[in-house]
Amino acid sequence: MIVNLEQFVVEERPKWERLDALLRARARDPWRPLPLEEARELERLYQRASADLARLATFAAEPEARQYLESLVARAFAEFHGAEAEVRRVRPWVWLSTTLPQTFRRRCGAFHFALALFLAGSVFGMLAVALDPGAKSVLMPFGHLQGDPRERVAEEESGTKLGDLGERKGSFAGYLMVHNTQVTLLAMALGLSWGVGTLVIVFSNGVMLGAVVMDYLLAGQGVFLLGWLLPHGVIEIPAVLIGSQGGFVLAAALLGRGERLRLRDRLRAATPDVITLCLGAALLLVWAGLVEALLSQYHAPVLPYSAKIAFGLIEAAALSWWLARSGRTPPGSSLQGDRSP
Amino acid sequence: MSTSRLATVRLRTPEGVAFSFRLASPALRLAALAIDFAVISASWSVISILFSLLGILSQDVARGASIVGYFLFSQGYRIGLEWRWRGQTIGKRLLQLRVIDERGLPLSFAQVVMRNLLRFIDALPAAYAVGGLAALLSTRAQRLGDLAAGTLVIWEPTEPMPDLAALRGEKYNSLRRHPGVVARLRQAIAPAEARVAWQALARRDQLEAESRVALFAELAAHFRSLTPMPDELLDGLSDEQFVRNVVDVLYLTRS
Repeated sequence: MIVNLEQFVVEERPKWERLDALLRARARDPWRPLPLEEARELERLYQRASADLARLATFAAEPEARQYLESLVARAFAEFHGAEAEVRRVRPWVWLSTTLPQTFRRRCGAFHFALALFLAGSVFGMLAVALDPGAKSVLMPFGHLQGDPRERVAEEESGTKLGDLGERKGSFAGYLMVHNTQVTLLAMALGLSWGVGTLVIVFSNGVMLGAVVMDYLLAGQGVFLLGWLLPHGVIEIPAVLIGSQGGFVLAAALLGRGERLRLRDRLRAATPDVITLCLGAALLLVWAGLVEALLSQYHAPVLPYSAKIAFGLIEAAALSWWLARSGRTPPGSSLQGDRSP
Repeated sequence: MSTSRLATVRLRTPEGVAFSFRLASPALRLAALAIDFAVISASWSVISILFSLLGILSQDVARGASIVGYFLFSQGYRIGLEWRWRGQTIGKRLLQLRVIDERGLPLSFAQVVMRNLLRFIDALPAAYAVGGLAALLSTRAQRLGDLAAGTLVIWEPTEPMPDLAALRGEKYNSLRRHPGVVARLRQAIAPAEARVAWQALARRDQLEAESRVALFAELAAHFRSLTPMPDELLDGLSDEQFVRNVVDVLYLTRS
């Protein structure tokens, strides 16, 4: 029934202590390159400790030694099998030019779904305001948009608000970046509600935008609207949709329709893409926040609408090109970056 | 992988080696969260002084940088430390908790980011109600962020080297003069019974006097009932010493 525990522990203790010391050194500096000799020693000691654990579990009944060895083997197991992930270097330019756009295209079905929802919400908001102008107060929870668009445009163009804005451009930009990023991350996180929460956020944002657009169009302020919204909106709205795309990827992994993988494996497979999309969205929102604070709030005659609209269109073209073309591998290349969706 | 009522997760590697992790209780995790919150608050009160220096250039820029800085710091604190310290923040390190991949592997960066970004939903509607409820209902104490990222939070107290000093007495063991009795005891005593006796000896100093006497009396009575023993073997021997002698012949071989 029992092995000679004392002799067993006395004989094996130096090897366990050496393994423990190596693992502690790795834990202190996980990014230190592992010399070949040390790697071999680690492997040898790990295998020995594993064998000791199996032997102890089979023949002895002493819990302390077993727990100690289990802890040791668990740490060594993680060290061995996780080595590849640890040494991967961060390359921001590759991530930006290749990883992110490729991920976007690979998961473009979720983006199209988010876009369709957003457009449906916009149409709903436009129709609601067109058919019932009183709905504006319900659909647009922003105090500064409740008034007559003509009065606001006249006030903005008179330049009376610029002095006040000039003193809070920085904090306004900061607020916008943080707020929009929080909304986008929430849209992603709500993918865990099987996508229902994400759906609500995307649709409601579409409704709000549609209501604003129709309100200004009915007031004959279409040019002002384009000059006001395009510079930051062409980045901000896609960013929110990309964050939501991450939420829908998460929801699809939860639902697992047509997938044979287990839930755990589906989520594991989706996680890197979701994170890539979220980080990309956050990056876009930083740009959008800066543009909204520093450019969008300035109107004619300070900044001609044509210039603002042209700036917005250039941004939209650049974003579209980046998402659609960047990181594509040349035809015939052996390295295929894009996987089929 | 299997779980038990004692909140452990047992893993079996492809090589056939099995080991277990002790899951961190929701209470311990809450305590670590509170410590991290305190660390973030205290650190930010220092860092914000640096941001306020930007006010020399522009108060507005200082305010804007401070808003973004706090967001990045509060979100990046856990992500950065869990990535750098392999699943630990300051709170987790103090309470000996660690986030691990549910397969026993180290965390990937995507897992660290995912479990932390999903705090947005775990923290809803307030005080981590959703996450706490999910952890209580989950067999592996996972909040939603852990479920999605495929991570576990484990408790890893420092495991001491097995100490045999509790048995290594130099006293005369009368049982060793009766090899037949020793052989029958080794055959009759189950591993679980041997473990109980070992633990009773290892922890004798932690027991109250009355409890200790009662425990060793019960153990000694049980061992005596397993096989007939000559009277001279038991004469003048306390229950605790008898149990010590039994464990000695079960675990240790002496020349």
